[in-house]
Amino acid sequence: MKQLYLGNEAVARGLYEAGVRVASAYPGTPSTEITEAAVKYPEISCEWAPNEKVATEAACGASIAGARSFCAMKHVGLNVAADPLFTMSYIGVNGGMMLAVADDPGMHSSQNEQDSRNYARAAKVPMLEPADSAECKEFTKLAYGLSEEYDTPVILRLTTRIAHSRSIVETEDRQDLPLKEYQKDPAKNVMLPAFAKPKHEKVEARTQALIRYAETTPLNRVELNGSKTGVITAGACYQYVKEAMGDTVNYCKLGLVWPLPEQLLKGFAAQCETVYVVEELDDFIENHCKALGLAVTGKEKFPRCGEFSQKLVKKLLTGEEAKSVALEETIPVRPPVMCCGCPHRGVFYALKREKVYVSGDIGCYTLGASAPLSAMDACICMGASVSALHGYNKARGPEGEKKAVAVIGDSTFIHSGITSLIDIAYNATNSVVIVLDNSITGMTGHQQNPTTGYNIKGDPAAAVDLEALCRAVGIRRVTVVDPYDLKEVTRVLKEELATEEPSVIISRRPCALLKYVKHKPALKVEPEKCIGCKSCLGIGCPAISLREGKAVIDGTQCVGCGVCTSLCPKGAIG
Amino acid sequence: MKKSVMIVGVGGQGTLLASRILGDAMMNQGYDVKVSEVHGMSQRGGSVVTYVRWGDKVASPVIETGEADILLAFEQLEAARFLPYVKQGGAVVTSTQKIDPMPVVTGQMAYPQGLLEAIQAKGVKVLAVDALGLAEEAGSQKAVNVVLIGAMAKRLGGEKADWLAALERCVPPKFLEMNQKAFELGYQA
Repeated sequence: MKQLYLGNEAVARGLYEAGVRVASAYPGTPSTEITEAAVKYPEISCEWAPNEKVATEAACGASIAGARSFCAMKHVGLNVAADPLFTMSYIGVNGGMMLAVADDPGMHSSQNEQDSRNYARAAKVPMLEPADSAECKEFTKLAYGLSEEYDTPVILRLTTRIAHSRSIVETEDRQDLPLKEYQKDPAKNVMLPAFAKPKHEKVEARTQALIRYAETTPLNRVELNGSKTGVITAGACYQYVKEAMGDTVNYCKLGLVWPLPEQLLKGFAAQCETVYVVEELDDFIENHCKALGLAVTGKEKFPRCGEFSQKLVKKLLTGEEAKSVALEETIPVRPPVMCCGCPHRGVFYALKREKVYVSGDIGCYTLGASAPLSAMDACICMGASVSALHGYNKARGPEGEKKAVAVIGDSTFIHSGITSLIDIAYNATNSVVIVLDNSITGMTGHQQNPTTGYNIKGDPAAAVDLEALCRAVGIRRVTVVDPYDLKEVTRVLKEELATEEPSVIISRRPCALLKYVKHKPALKVEPEKCIGCKSCLGIGCPAISLREGKAVIDGTQCVGCGVCTSLCPKGAIG
Repeated sequence: MKKSVMIVGVGGQGTLLASRILGDAMMNQGYDVKVSEVHGMSQRGGSVVTYVRWGDKVASPVIETGEADILLAFEQLEAARFLPYVKQGGAVVTSTQKIDPMPVVTGQMAYPQGLLEAIQAKGVKVLAVDALGLAEEAGSQKAVNVVLIGAMAKRLGGEKADWLAALERCVPPKFLEMNQKAFELGYQA
């Protein structure tokens, strides 16, 4: 049956058809929908893990147990999961294992633009890169065969344009595979030095075998069009070149992007006068070609930063560019904003007013860095707000401690904030950590997490008691506040900043977009009372604007949270 | 034959569903189809963009400046912002709705006036539809996306029945009748 699947949905379909039994992931744009689509197949046991390392280890265990297993993450998630990956490379598999990683060239939704292909080389595992949804499914199925044949985990690399583009997929039936037999084999599965040393030799031999496979696998394909120009490319870039150049150039399309073939590339280059390597981000394929002594052109011409397109390829290869028109007028930007009724808004307003240093983290609340709230000083990676605050306070001492906080969401806190909080308690800084508990993983599109009381299927599950957890690691002062109550938030914030011991403030209110959240009627401004002081505009609510000198609330957007009401000096909002 | 439609709007307006209906309709008319969506951060009230491309064979899932046959805009400012994506001889189908972006909300900038006229003055055809009003008439403000699909469907041609079949496959049965009405109102606009 023909389906118009997202690349991510096609990967999930591939998991189903390949007979995968266990899947574990942590949500991360642009990888999230793989697991959300996989959960619709009851044959696959799916879960949201607390973080990517846990997800990968769960998949490792399932593989050892004899099941085909899967884990998924965004590119930065692979940093977290690198530890099990590197050693699972030595152990190999029992049931096949695939790890999907989604890179984000152009940083549509990410804090950096790292190129995950480097991990495949570093961990010495094969990596496949599909170029459309049909290949997402096909390569996923091939990955499991490859994993079991070569005794290795396999990485499937996606990029945003493949993961989040729909194209046509032919669905097939599931391959029903029995669970493989488990046999105790410490020399294979226990990575003590004595066992790991011979395994490293095996890994190196495996790479050589995979290079031989790379020479002939249909994953790598040469398309000769009788041109003097050749292009070596993979993934989304293949599509951009194809769109820009059609059949006017020869193609070497690589589906196996690690390890790379040698004879295939040399043979292709020998048939062309000029050879370009077209790849986003790092010069990964290019360096390999140059090491083989091939005279290819890559990053001399193509950028290392950002996303490519057919327009960029055409312009750089031919100098041609499609004409376009634009208005002379300056168009105001429309950056993403915190939603109306967002429970984070009040907290960030209070932080701005108190002029504190805000150690930030990854989630919707990173938008607290934007104007007019502008209440964030640093944001590094998942969980870093808490540990970086600890370091900030260690460096600046008591004066820093009285004017600094960390903000972290519920899901991010579970992901890796809790270990950082242990650092604060154990190594004693008077840090104030604010857990923004909106009872969901928000930015990636409302996934359940270990604090919500529901699992990925929406069934009731054990819920982490955040207050008890914080106390258990040694934080004695734990206060819960309602972020809609601006006065209380400010009072507690001042009190905790002044206190001579570490503390946690849990700002608790569910995300305003959750279906079960009941909203109050929209608020209105009484125009005769409004003096146009703009106090209410300071919270950056998209429902409030200034019209002819007076504040106006858009009744279709307002959810009646009342944060603006408490800011009005004239009591004009109600 | 190859067609490119770029759908732009504000996060939360339902642009993704519009791209799915269009993609589904074209797949079921036998074309190769690619639809590119953006999820994640930009959904939160920011500018959102999806691309729908179809033809005998489609390679790239994205649309670049000077390449769109139709720019389908859910909001006037977004129509103006993404005008450079329209190819020569292409058209803009837009809702007349205006949503203030943050620099306008905070009073730093004014919402530009006369945008649709300015676009027309550039020699680009504009079909402006009161999609919000028509969606309300159909029964829900949320049906803006289907009104706009209806308005564009008439310009793109093809059998109306094919479009209605795509609609039926893409919206929940509970809201089908309301959406059929919305499509019809857009189609007649």
